[in-house]
Amino acid sequence: METPSRTYIWVLRAAFLVSVLSFWEFSSGRLASEFFISSPSAIAVQFSRWVMSGTIFYHGAITLIEALGGFLLGGMIGMIFGVWLGRAELVAEVLDPFIMMFYSLPKVALAPLFVLWFGIGIDMKIYLAATIVFFLVFLNTYTGVRAVSREQVAILRLMGATEKHLLFKVVLPSAITWVFTGLRLSVPYALIGAIVGELIASNRGLGYLLANSAGQFDTTGVFAALIGIMIMAFFLNAAVKLLEAKAMPWRDLNSKREMSI
Amino acid sequence: MQAQSAAPDDDPRAPLISFSGIGKQFTVKGELLQAVENIDLDVYQGEILTLVGPSGCGKSTLLNICAGLYPATAGDVSYAGKPVEPYNPAVGYMTQSDHLLPWRDVAGNIAIPLEIKGLSKPEIKAQVEELMETVGLSGFGGSYPNQLSGGMRKRCALARLLAYDPETLLMDEPFAALDAMLRMRMQIEIRELCRRLNKTVMFVTHDLDEAVAIGDRCVVFTGRPGTIERVVDVPLAPDRNILHLRKDPDYRTITADLWDVLAPSITEDR
Repeated sequence: METPSRTYIWVLRAAFLVSVLSFWEFSSGRLASEFFISSPSAIAVQFSRWVMSGTIFYHGAITLIEALGGFLLGGMIGMIFGVWLGRAELVAEVLDPFIMMFYSLPKVALAPLFVLWFGIGIDMKIYLAATIVFFLVFLNTYTGVRAVSREQVAILRLMGATEKHLLFKVVLPSAITWVFTGLRLSVPYALIGAIVGELIASNRGLGYLLANSAGQFDTTGVFAALIGIMIMAFFLNAAVKLLEAKAMPWRDLNSKREMSI
Repeated sequence: MQAQSAAPDDDPRAPLISFSGIGKQFTVKGELLQAVENIDLDVYQGEILTLVGPSGCGKSTLLNICAGLYPATAGDVSYAGKPVEPYNPAVGYMTQSDHLLPWRDVAGNIAIPLEIKGLSKPEIKAQVEELMETVGLSGFGGSYPNQLSGGMRKRCALARLLAYDPETLLMDEPFAALDAMLRMRMQIEIRELCRRLNKTVMFVTHDLDEAVAIGDRCVVFTGRPGTIERVVDVPLAPDRNILHLRKDPDYRTITADLWDVLAPSITEDR
C-alpha cells in the first residue's frame, strides 16, 4: 500500500478544520442561537483580546503551575511507591484491596474535602491533581516492576549482580516503558484535576476563566477558555512525547523498523 | 537407572561438577511432577559435555540446579567440591531466548557483567571492543537487539557470557531457533572458542547430531521422569572439523547407535 505523503495529509487536515469551522460559523444565528453556540469568529476575537491583554497568559500560568505541580508531585510519589510495592511482595499483597478500593473512587469527588483541608488556593488544586496522577503512575510503575522478566533477573544474578544492580540495570529500565505510559496518561488528568479544582473554588486560572464566563452567560468566553485549555493540553502532551523518545531510544527504532510477522 | 560413567575410573582428576542421586519434583497445577530422578553425573574440567534427549526430560532442570537457580528435591550437587548455593557465580548461562536487555545496545549488553564487576569506563570499552571482535560483532556496538538477526543476537549473548568469564558455560539449546547453516557455524565457533579458552561446558540439546558434533562426551536422557540412559565418549578428534562430520564413519556409527537408544522414547511417551 502506498502511504500518502505528509503534505497531502496536512492539506486534508486543514480542509477538514476549515469546513468544520465554516459550518459552525454558518449555523451560528441561522441553525442555532448564537447565544448558545457562539461563532468561531467571535471566539477568535475574544481569544485574541485575552492574548493582547495578557489575561490568558496569567490564568494559563496559574493552571499550568497547578497541573505541573500536581503532575510532578503525584508522579514522583507514584513512582516511588510503585517501585517499592513492586519489589515488596508482602506489603503489596496486604495493601492491594485498599489501593484498588481507593483507585475506583473518582478522585474529583475528593475536591470538596480538599477545599476544607487546604482552602481554595493553588495548593488545593495541586493536591487534587497529584492524587489523580499518583494512582495512574503508581499502578503503571507497579505493573512495570512486576512485569520484569525473571529470567533476565536470574541471568544478572549469575553474573554476581547485587540488589542495587538489578534495580538500576533491569528493574527500572524495564519498568520505564510502563512508567512513561502512566506519565503520559496522567498529563490530561493533571489538567483535569487543576481545572476541576478551579471550577469548584478559585479566583484565578483557566478553570476560573471558564466558570466566570459561564456565570455571565458568555458562551464566547467559555469557548475561548476551552481553546486555551486545549492548547495547553496539546503542548503538555507533546512535551511528554518528546521526553519519552529521549528516554527510550530503543522504542523509536522499533516502530521504524521494517515489519515482519 | 544408573549412569555408566564413561570417564575412566582411574581418572586422576576430580570432577568439577558432580551430581549424585539428583531428583527434582515440580508442582504443576497442584500435581506433583517428577522432572528428573536418580541422576548421577560427573563433569570434568575442560570438557564439553552434551546432554541430549527428548524435550521435557529434565535436561534443563539439571542446568538450573547446577546454576543454583533452585535446589534439587533429592541428592547433592557440588561444584569444585563445594555444595552449590543459590546463584552459582562460577557458571554462565545461555538459553534459547537470549534475554538481552532490549533497552541497551550491543555494546551496552556486553558491558553489563563488566559494570557489575565495577570496571572503569575505559576498561569496559576496551574489553567490549575485544569481545565483539571475538564473536564477530565488530561494528555493531550501537545496534539494539531488535535490529539484530537471530545469529547476531546469539553472538551478542555469547559475548556477554564471555565478558564475565565464568569457568563453566551452561548452554540450554542456544541454537535451537537458528537455521541449519547458521547453527552449524555457531557450533563450529562455540567449540573452537571453548577449547581455546579451556571452558567446561554443559550443552543441552534435543538434536542428537548436534550433541555428537559438539561434545567430548554425550549423555543420553530418556523420558519422564528424566533419567540418564547412557553416557558415551565421543570418539572424534578434539579438533574435529564439524563441517565434514557427515562423511566421518565414526560420527555415523555413534549417531546411529545413540539413535537406537533415543528412538524408543519417541513412541513411548505420547
